[in-house]
Parts: sequence; C-alpha cells; structure tokens
Amino acid sequence: MADIAAPTTPASEPDTTAAVALGVEPDIHGMVPTPGAHDDHGLVHGGGDHAGGEHGHATSTGLSNNKLAMWMFLGSECLLFGGLISTYMLYRGRHEGSPSPSQLYNIPLTSVSSFVLLMSSLTMVLAVSAAQRHDDRNTSTWLTVTALLGATFVGAQVFEFTEFYHEGLGFTTNLFGSSFFTLTGFHGVHVTVGIIMLMALVGMINRGKIPGNKAEVVEMIGLYWHFVDIVWIVIFTLVYLIPS
Amino acid sequence: MSSEQTELERDISDKVDDVVEPAHGVDEHPAGDHKHGLTDMGYVKVALILALMTAMEVTLTYLHLPGKVFMTILLVLMVAKFWTVVSYFMHLKFDNKIFTRLFYTGLLLACFVYLAALCTFQFFAPS
Repeated sequence: MADIAAPTTPASEPDTTAAVALGVEPDIHGMVPTPGAHDDHGLVHGGGDHAGGEHGHATSTGLSNNKLAMWMFLGSECLLFGGLISTYMLYRGRHEGSPSPSQLYNIPLTSVSSFVLLMSSLTMVLAVSAAQRHDDRNTSTWLTVTALLGATFVGAQVFEFTEFYHEGLGFTTNLFGSSFFTLTGFHGVHVTVGIIMLMALVGMINRGKIPGNKAEVVEMIGLYWHFVDIVWIVIFTLVYLIPS
Repeated sequence: MSSEQTELERDISDKVDDVVEPAHGVDEHPAGDHKHGLTDMGYVKVALILALMTAMEVTLTYLHLPGKVFMTILLVLMVAKFWTVVSYFMHLKFDNKIFTRLFYTGLLLACFVYLAALCTFQFFAPS
C-alpha cells in the first residue's frame, strides 16, 4: 500500500497520502472507505457513487446510510407511539371527575385539522418532487406551505387543549386526561419539531447552504413529516372516532 | 507483475459488483439521485383519495352503524390510509425493499408487543 501513496503517483490517480497518514487504508482503486463501508467478506467497496449523493460515500449496501438510518429511526418511533396509544386505550375509560371522551371531543374541528395535516403531506411530497428536479424556488415554496399547514394543525391542537382544560380536563385530573395529553402532546411536539426543521431547511436552501445532496436532505425531512402524518391517521381513528 | 495486479483488480471488482449489484426492485440510484415515484398530478390524486377516505371515516361516525360494522370499516379505512401514505408519499413502493423491511419490522414489532400488553391487561375481554 505504501507504494500507492508514494509521491510518484500519477495525477490521474487519487492522492491517498492523507488517508495513509490517518491510518486508513485505501482500497485497490485508491478509494478511502467511509465507516461501515466494508461488506461481509471484508471487501471495501470503492466508488460508491450511488450512495450518499454528491459526496459519493461508499456503503456496503450501495444505499444511502442517511436514508437507512432514517427508516430505522421511524421504525423505532413506531414503538414509542405504540406504547403511548396502548396506554391511552387502557385508560380511556378512567375519566372520573371530568366529562367523558365522547362529550369532550370536537369531531368537526379534529376532522378539519386532520385534513390540514393530510394536505401538508401532499405539499411535502411536492417539495421533494421539486427538489429532485433541482427546482429550488418551488422546493422552498412547498416547504413553506407545509410548515404553515403544520402550524395550523398545532394551533388547532392548542385550541383543543385549552377547550378541554376549561371543560375540566387537566393533565392530572384523571388517567384518561394524563394518557390523552401525553399521546397527543407527544405528537404535537413531533409536528412542532418538523415545522422547525422545515423552516431551517427553507433558510438553508435560500442561502445555498445545504451540505451534500439537497434532494436527499429534503427527502429525509419529508419522511419524518409523513411519519408524523401516519401517526395522526392512527390517533384520529383510535382516539377520536372510536372514543369508547 | 503489473498485468497480474490488473487481473486481480478486475476479478475483485467483478466480485464486488456481484455483491453490490441490486436485485429486482432495488433502486440503483438512491435518495435524490434522480426522480422516483409518481408525477405531481399523481400525488394530487393520491391526496384526493386520502381526503375522500377521511371524509368517509367522519361520515361513518354520524351514521350510528352497529358497533362491530362501524369498527371494522373504520379500522380498514385507517389501515388503507396508512398504507397509501407509506407506499406513495414515503416512496416505499418505489424504493429499495430494505427500507420496507426496516420500517415494517419496527411496526410489526410494536403491534405484537402492545397487543400482547393489552391482552395482559385483559383489554379485549368482554366487560
């Protein structure tokens, strides 16, 4: 390997001196593997142009590690929300000292906010589509519309919480209140985090400061946003439409 | 020595290609390298279908259907909406199958664990 890194290396071949100095062995093509770029056979995949977008990081799967990590994260989030939904299902009948769920829930309001969140998924996927066309202007526009729709949803949720509080249901009133506010509150926090990420992304796109593959970054945040939407699809049916 | 090395490189390169070469349904250009999925109009149509299913769900709550029928239709609509968003908006239908496996593994694990937990608390027992 030492001869590969020798100063006599032709200009057309990659300079691996720095990699050797760092103790990282380049592969036969002179490519320096990124962490996790070894396959089961111990081979290092040079090139890896497909994965990692414009950076060209090699991965053992030939897929983007960021995307794999995001899907794993979303899979683990299923466990988090599964726990919260199950807890709510167990305690929804324990509403001593407050009106029952069917008396409290404002289905027309929740239906409208569900529709708003559903439409925000449409605007998000249109943003991803625009990003894949390298259309920065439409990407920013659709991301902003998505953030506004998300903010509308959160606003409706805050209004709903305030109404419930005035009707006598607080976080510590009973087990129903605790489990309901924890579940919907966690979801609301996820939406809020999504809005912050969307607005940060719009700012970074406008300043041209997205590192690496822009379309992939938009797609990552899109995946998170759609996940928040599918969690609400489940909550809307199990919590609001089947209240008892 | 040089020709031997070149031959060795080619051999290893072929083997690596065999490992990396995607199978059926595998996206060779992941995450943003190119456009995949539906057209913009296709996404609008999917969103309209989702809106229609939501409208059906809400309408059902005002129809006073028998409990089991009501629950079954609602749960079927919920699963259909969930699958539609995951498949089309999240591109799982068009993406590498590894992503599908990763996500559905977490989802099925969650369903299994929490259904077991609910059974432990006799949630499904007739009251």
